This record gives sequence, structure tokens and C-alpha cells, in this order.
Amino acid sequence: MNSIIDDIRKTARQLLTEGKVDVVIGYEKGSLPLKATPCFVRSPQDVDKLIWDQTCENNLAAFVAKTLGKKAIIAKGCDSRALMVLIQENQVVRDDLYIIGVSCQGVIDQRKIEAETGEIIGASITDEKISVQGMECDKEYSFTDVKDVTCQTCRYPNPVLEDVHIGGSIEVPEQATLFADVIDMENKSDNERKAYFKEQMSKCIRCYACRNVCPLCYCQECFVDCNSPKWLTGGVDSAENLLFQTGRALHLAGRCVECGACSRACPQGVDIRALSRKVNKDVKEMYNHESGLTEEVKPALNVYSTDDPEAFLVKE
Amino acid sequence: MKISKEKFGQAFDALVAEYQIIAPVITDGDVNYKAVKSFSEVKQNYLNSKLPPKSFLFPQHEKLLSYKKEGKDVTVKNELKVEKTILFGIRPCDAKSMLLLDKVFKNDEYRDPYYYERRDNSIIIGIACNKIAPTCFCSSMGISPASSKGSDIFLVDLGNSYHVEIITEKGKALTAGLQELAELTAEEQALVNTIKSAETPSKVDVSTITAKLDKMFDHPYWDTLHEKCLSCNACSFSCPTCHCFDISEEVHKNEGSRVRTWDGCMAPLFTLHGSGHNPRDKKKARWRQRMLHKFNYFVHNNGDIACVGCGRCIKSCPVNMDIRQAIDGVNKAELVVD
Repeated sequence: MNSIIDDIRKTARQLLTEGKVDVVIGYEKGSLPLKATPCFVRSPQDVDKLIWDQTCENNLAAFVAKTLGKKAIIAKGCDSRALMVLIQENQVVRDDLYIIGVSCQGVIDQRKIEAETGEIIGASITDEKISVQGMECDKEYSFTDVKDVTCQTCRYPNPVLEDVHIGGSIEVPEQATLFADVIDMENKSDNERKAYFKEQMSKCIRCYACRNVCPLCYCQECFVDCNSPKWLTGGVDSAENLLFQTGRALHLAGRCVECGACSRACPQGVDIRALSRKVNKDVKEMYNHESGLTEEVKPALNVYSTDDPEAFLVKE
Repeated sequence: MKISKEKFGQAFDALVAEYQIIAPVITDGDVNYKAVKSFSEVKQNYLNSKLPPKSFLFPQHEKLLSYKKEGKDVTVKNELKVEKTILFGIRPCDAKSMLLLDKVFKNDEYRDPYYYERRDNSIIIGIACNKIAPTCFCSSMGISPASSKGSDIFLVDLGNSYHVEIITEKGKALTAGLQELAELTAEEQALVNTIKSAETPSKVDVSTITAKLDKMFDHPYWDTLHEKCLSCNACSFSCPTCHCFDISEEVHKNEGSRVRTWDGCMAPLFTLHGSGHNPRDKKKARWRQRMLHKFNYFVHNNGDIACVGCGRCIKSCPVNMDIRQAIDGVNKAELVVD
């Protein structure tokens, strides 16, 4: 881990010193334990604040389009997939972007820790373990114990698009069943599912952290903010909230890169990911498509072909 | 004076017939304020609620009035519904926040009936914080983890009993029937003293921030502060003092309603004009607004800082924007002398 951060800093310093980029988008230590925070390094003197560990949970691709100038970005597998989609959708100019790829072993799910230790007062991470000092108790974890649920099923921890690769690659174990979580959900009865989502959506406060943290939710005007036509009332209840969350999941069909940033960003702990996982499974089954893997294969619902077997797609 | 939790619980349960009682409960791992029917539902030993209790005075989405047109007749119905309410287990930060909200909704110039009808019909039972979260910094905001400011009755949790302080006439009236008050033992008194003298380990310096911000509207500090902000409203919606709202009409055919919904200054939509012009279209301007409103404008208009140091915005921010660091940044910013 240490040599990775040394190499990240070295690369960042070189890029800034040589004037190849104006800014390096990376992570620095956050103000809370086990929390990294996005940072924008513009001077070679500041590169030492960059960090790299299992707390680097944001998808930095969300900042690329809004950051002016030539930029370098530290990209995990999911960040690089998001960048790929942004490039395919003409949101980012590839030449303005220098991708520092780093293979990712996953990020920490703080909620899982806090459910046991109470609010985290202090923590330290070594290669072997995560030691947490909590309000209720102190506890030691191995990283696999507290790996974020998204990362547990991640099949693309290695960047798919990069200008330089730092550190080694991560071998991806074969998964017996893809989308096991979605299959579990599909096997529930309608009423069970309804009850589950009603409860989850009743927690949503419509702060739109999920939408705003998502690298691929970049619409100039989101359908929820649109007042003509008005798709939603200002109401904040589980029905309206579900309409928002479902609408968002559908807009990401064939585009979502499964970084899990939406679920991690939610201050209310809403299981937003359950919706996008289902959509991703459907897209995989219907179109054999996974988004943001290669430049050639465009997002599933962004392409059409005149010999499409579905006649309604080709209007005579 | 103290009362055993058993006796207190009986008194609490007896009040359910007359009052709506809002208290901290645990749902899906999080503590939040909800209506309860019995003291047994109340969560004990919680740090603080995930969301502040302000929504019981100022709901996130509220129908103000409804109207209907039938032929040439138009009927308008006031939708204000008020119940006598007890807000139980309110932390000192949130109790203070209600005093700040009063300045907005219930002052000499404006009286918002929806707010003050609820406020006047509410009794606040505050409770000291026996434990202090790392994100708490209320000691820097004119209160402390055991401040009774804003409470009508103030409790200190002693394990099997509560130390009870009657703060206001409202509190006195509510507790008039309580016969079971007993003296504290020396040991309990010592515990009360320890809890009452506690301060939050985390502190910020706001001694000169208002005057400094007077001169900082054009300061380059704002150029970078906002950079990682996502422009969501996680901070505003989890803040006990944020009080901005939007009023809109929800109309269907010949009937409709006027509704008030929380809004927040971090989202660009908040200031978007009908013309398309947006005076605060950049994050820079929005973060400056957040800081100036809380630490400058509110002080000039209402005589106090609009932050109570509850730390919820720090905890809820998806990119770890920390208002304590933003305050430090203002303190450290060098003023350009011209």
C-alpha cells in the first residue's frame, strides 16, 4: 500500500511539475476516522497530502466534468468505468484527462462497523487489520469483514481505461452466481418486496446526495427538478421517493457502473443499490451488456440498429 | 430532585391520552424522533438522533391550505392541524435550535401561524448528553452537552432515575402532578455535576467570525472551499437550524393545495429565477451563502449564530465537508488591506 501511494504522489508531482495537467483529483485524509475526502491538488508542493487506502470511497469521476483545465484523476476500476461512459457520452474530452489507474481491493463500509462499535472515535489501518475505537466498544476487523457490499461482488477492480497503472493488479475470483442479491430479492413475494421498499423509501429525505454523487447523473435538469411537466410533487413520502429512486435507476439502465457511491453517500442508509442492481441484471440478461468496459461498446440503450429484431425500434 | 424511571414512565404513559408525544426511537439501526404511545418505546442511551426534531415544528412537506372551485364557488380550507405535543428527549443542541427557529418564524415582525401554533402547543423535555460524539461541538456555540436552554423541563439520565429540573412555567404545569420526586444521593449529585460540567472535546473559535465575514464577501477563500461539495442538501436537511423553504401550488383540475417544502441553499435550484437567471449558480456562491447566513447574516438579523454544533452536517456529508474546517478556514484567511 505504501509503495502505491509513493508512486501516486511521484506521478502527480511529475504531471504538475511538467505542466501536463493543471490539477490532480485524488483523495486526502478526511476530518473523521476512516474517512477520506476528495481533494484537488494544483501545486507539486501539495502532492504529499494525497492518500490511497480502503477509505477512498468516492467515485472521483463525478468531479471530472465540473473541473476546468487538464486534469489527472486517480481511478479505481469503477471510477475508470464511469470515465469510459462519460467519454462515450461526450461529457469528457479524453485528451484533457490523464488517468492514474490503481487496482482497488474495495472500500470500507463504515455503517457496518458503527452498528457494532457505535460512533467511530478513532481508527487505524494496517495491511492486516482495521482497529476501531468506538463509542460503545473497541474492535479489530479484518478488511474482508467490513468490505462494502458493492465491493464484495465487484468484478472489475482493475481500471479498464488508464494512462499509467500504479501497483499490481487484482485477481478476480470467479463468482458462482452473478447477482445473487438480486435473485434473492426476485424470489421474495410481491408483498415482501413492497414492504421492503416502502420501509427503505420512507427513510429518504430527498437530499439528492445519491444523484449528485453519481458520476453518471449529470443531466442539466434532472426530471425531479423539472416543473413543466411536473413529474413529482414536492412531497416526501415513500411513494414519491420511490418514484424518484426508480426513475433514477431507469435513467441509469445500461450506464450504471456499480460503484455503489449512491448507497454509500445516502445519509439515511437507504438501500438505493437494490434498484440499480436489478436494472443491471436485466440489462446483462437482455442485452448481454455491462457498461463502461470498452470504448467500442456503447451503453446498451444509447445505440440502435436498423436491423433490430424489435420492430418498434425501427419506425418505417 | 429525581424520579425513578419506573414512576416517570407511568407519568409519561398517562400523558399519552392528552398529548402527542414525540420521542427518540430506534428504527432500522438509526435513532430518530417519532410519535410514541408508551415510555417503553423510548430509546435510552442514544447519542443523538440522525435527523433533528425540527420537522415536528416545521415539517419537510406541509399543506398550508387547499382550495376547490365548483361552478362559481371557490372554497378555501386552512389545513393547519395542531395537537398538544410533548417533544421528549431533546438534546441541548436541538433545544437551542428551536430558540433560533423562533427568531425566524415567531418574531415581532412576522408570525408564521403554522410554526408558532405548533410551537406554542409544544412542551420541550430536554435531556443532557451523557456521551459526546466526536462530531459534537456545541460547547463552542453558547451551550454545552448539559445546557437546559430552550427546554421546559430538563433531565439528566442517572441510569435508573432522572434528575429533574423545571425550567419554565410550562414545565412546572406539566410536572405539577408528579408526587414522586426525591432528593439526590451524594453519589448521584456528583454524577450530575460531572455531566453538567462536561464540554465537547471538539471546539471551534467563533469569537470574531461575524466581524471577519463582514469583510470577506469577495475573499479568495471562497474560490476553493466549495470544490468537493456535491450541491446536495444532506447538510441542510439534517441541520436543526436550516429553515429555508419553497412554497408551491399543487393543482389538479379544479382543486389544489398550497404546500411548503424544505429547500436548501446548496442546490442551484434554490435560487433559480423564472427568467432562467440564477444569482447563485456556482457552488462558490452557495458555500459562501451557507457560511454567511449561519455566521454573519443571522447574527446581524437575530443576534445569534445559526449553528448549534450538533455535527449532523459533518456526519451526513457524502464527501466529508466539515463545517469546523470551514470555520477554521475563515479564521485563518488573511484579509487584504486596501
